[in-house]
Amino acid sequence: MTATSESRSPSVDPTLEEVVETIDRHGNERTSLMHVLRDIQERHRCVSPGAQSLVAEVMGIPRVEVEGFVSFYSFLSEEPWGDIVIRVCDDVPDRMRGFERVLSAFREAVGVEVGRTSADGITLTTTASIGLSDQAPAALVNDVPVTELSTDKVHRIVEALRSHRDPKKLVTLLGDGNNAHPLVRSMVKNNLMHPGPLIFSPVSRGQAIRRATRVSPAEVIRQVKAARLRGRGGAGFPTGMKWEFTRASLGERKFVICNADEGEPGTFKDRVILTERPDRVFSGMTVAGYAIGAQEGIVYLRAEYQYLRAYLEAVLAQRRSDGLLGRDIVGRPGFHFDIRIQMGAGAYVCGEETALIRSCEGRAGEPLNRPPFPAEHGFLGCPTSVNNVETYCCIAKILEEGAAAFNEYGTPESAGTKVLSISGDCLKPGIYEVAFGITLHTMLEMCGAEDARAVQVGGPSGSLVGPTDFHRRICFNDLPTGGSMIVFGPDRDLLSVVYAFAEFFADESCGYCTPCRVGTQLILRYLERLRAGRAEASDIEELRRTARTMKTTSRCGLGSTACNPVLTSMERFPELYAPVDDHPDAYRRSFDLPRAVAEAERLSGRTSRGEHVEQGYHA
Amino acid sequence: MTRKRIATTSLAGCFGCHMSILDIDERFLALADLVEFDRSPIDDIKHISRRCDIGIIEGGCCNEENVETLREFRRNCNVLIALGDCATMGGIPALRNNIPLEQCLLEAYRDGPSVQNPSGLIPNHPELPLLLDKVYPCHEVVRIEYFLPGCPPSAETIWQALVALLEGRQADLPYELIKYD
Repeated sequence: MTATSESRSPSVDPTLEEVVETIDRHGNERTSLMHVLRDIQERHRCVSPGAQSLVAEVMGIPRVEVEGFVSFYSFLSEEPWGDIVIRVCDDVPDRMRGFERVLSAFREAVGVEVGRTSADGITLTTTASIGLSDQAPAALVNDVPVTELSTDKVHRIVEALRSHRDPKKLVTLLGDGNNAHPLVRSMVKNNLMHPGPLIFSPVSRGQAIRRATRVSPAEVIRQVKAARLRGRGGAGFPTGMKWEFTRASLGERKFVICNADEGEPGTFKDRVILTERPDRVFSGMTVAGYAIGAQEGIVYLRAEYQYLRAYLEAVLAQRRSDGLLGRDIVGRPGFHFDIRIQMGAGAYVCGEETALIRSCEGRAGEPLNRPPFPAEHGFLGCPTSVNNVETYCCIAKILEEGAAAFNEYGTPESAGTKVLSISGDCLKPGIYEVAFGITLHTMLEMCGAEDARAVQVGGPSGSLVGPTDFHRRICFNDLPTGGSMIVFGPDRDLLSVVYAFAEFFADESCGYCTPCRVGTQLILRYLERLRAGRAEASDIEELRRTARTMKTTSRCGLGSTACNPVLTSMERFPELYAPVDDHPDAYRRSFDLPRAVAEAERLSGRTSRGEHVEQGYHA
Repeated sequence: MTRKRIATTSLAGCFGCHMSILDIDERFLALADLVEFDRSPIDDIKHISRRCDIGIIEGGCCNEENVETLREFRRNCNVLIALGDCATMGGIPALRNNIPLEQCLLEAYRDGPSVQNPSGLIPNHPELPLLLDKVYPCHEVVRIEYFLPGCPPSAETIWQALVALLEGRQADLPYELIKYD
């Protein structure tokens, strides 16, 4: 087996010629670094130290920055992986649906531990949310999503991989809609349970752009403002205002970026929008280009959605040949705009706009301080408007049918509809496009989860709410959400959910600022104490203080929201945080002497004076 | 006024904080009017003889004897002060916390470049207290009322804090005394 796998795969180190060729193909610019390294990773199963040196030399980038780049992104590795990489999604909805069993089935079938590669070249690893929470447990086999896994299915998958070694052949039943498109051919399902009137309505191609170009850019922005559109990624910044700033900023080049890096656990709406309504997204981006005076658009597509890339490229090509992208769009002289796809490589923090821009620039996706805001100083220092996939769809719809038609839905402060990704303990997980302002009650009725104990609104960075809050409304000034809705049934252990989210943030913290890097670790430690039944009142208080410090002092949104699972569950479910009584002698309950000396006992062959210690001299 | 009883000890520390206590110099005479020393390296009393008002702890806990001592202090003192950075957060000894214990011992007694140990044995006498898996700051082992940062805290800091505590008021430590950069 080993011999065949070696003959099948090229060596870990690329040759100089090969590196030069790869760089030439993508263009020898820093912004191409991601695609260059992804190509090398794909061909050689790693970006070896040797490869890093060659890339650094040919591209004129300090080697340490190439190395930093490789170590930052989880889809790049310095150590060689197998030619098949299985990434099992370890997210809360997956854990609720048997992730542990599925993972051990994979361990058994592949015959290695997590993080290892089998002799015949299959690497097994886990990953954060891959945007398939409604069909969990799920995994990626190279680029190919495999969904609704069971232990049986896992064994069949690994057996099949061993016989044909082609992940694409794992797809026998195609998903619905465009998942069956020849360029997608995926088993992923849309689960479009409730298509709403705006985002998922039929598209009349080109109409939004034609309507936009009939009026001035300022008028387009005025219409977007009149529609009271706010960003759909979660933060809810008024889009028209953002565009006005970007338009007003000085700069020869301006950029429109579409944030398709939805990494918030439990979110998968952008996947379905990109699968079913890519034209509407690109149309919205083109309108944005017209409005702010940009000629270049970038879709930052998360690595987990690589399987959609060829299809999206084909949609872009079609738009070019239809005169909806490129030069003199819709026959309007001087209106040039084109869109390219920039791949991510597995980093949650890149969903934050400044980190996303850094990633596009060929750097590790570490967030920057704001101001300056991207509207002034964004991609390559140029004015840039970064908006969510769904926001661009709203733009297209506003231009297609006017602000008034858009405003018919929603509430005064939250106009339009919201696409929700619902997962967890409900009968009908999937995509729901609902008007802003519906209550959680209504939502739970729609998805078949009337008996829910809690809902995580807006993913881990949002808030955990219980039945007393189910009358509240989904909108920006009550319960805002980027779309993730994870439902927990009556028997769920919520503390384990909070812990899972804490683990997620500890893993995804970029490590730049202390409150987030250290805070995420401290939160884990206190939660471990709590789960072990060793947390005293002072531990709970420290946990609360740590979480609050993170909220106010972290550098970016990741850190300031990483504490939300703890803070919101403390507020709504205080019973989860019941402390143990203090020790009568004021010893700390969390200090576990037998555990602390266990290693020394093993090494020395002696036993602890434990009893003696417990009793003391003056008992 | 009855004199308050004080006990002090050095756990996984370097005795530098105790040297800093001695640095209060002639004020020791004034201190002697205010307090009576129980267990302390200063008078070499080995165990606390009766209940104390204040316990002063230098160093964190690196072995089980440290835990014993700290717990003895906790049981027998009304108030505990963690004196200096090791007591407060583990300090220099805690640098080993990210290295497995076995690797630490091998480096210290066998593999380190300056080690001269032909037998290659790692000390393992029954009298030697077992090491903990890592070095713990005092407040992770018992409740601690007050923390005085510094490596070491200056004599002035110690004096000001102690007098304030003895007089039952809040210590008003000027910025210069607690600034360390």
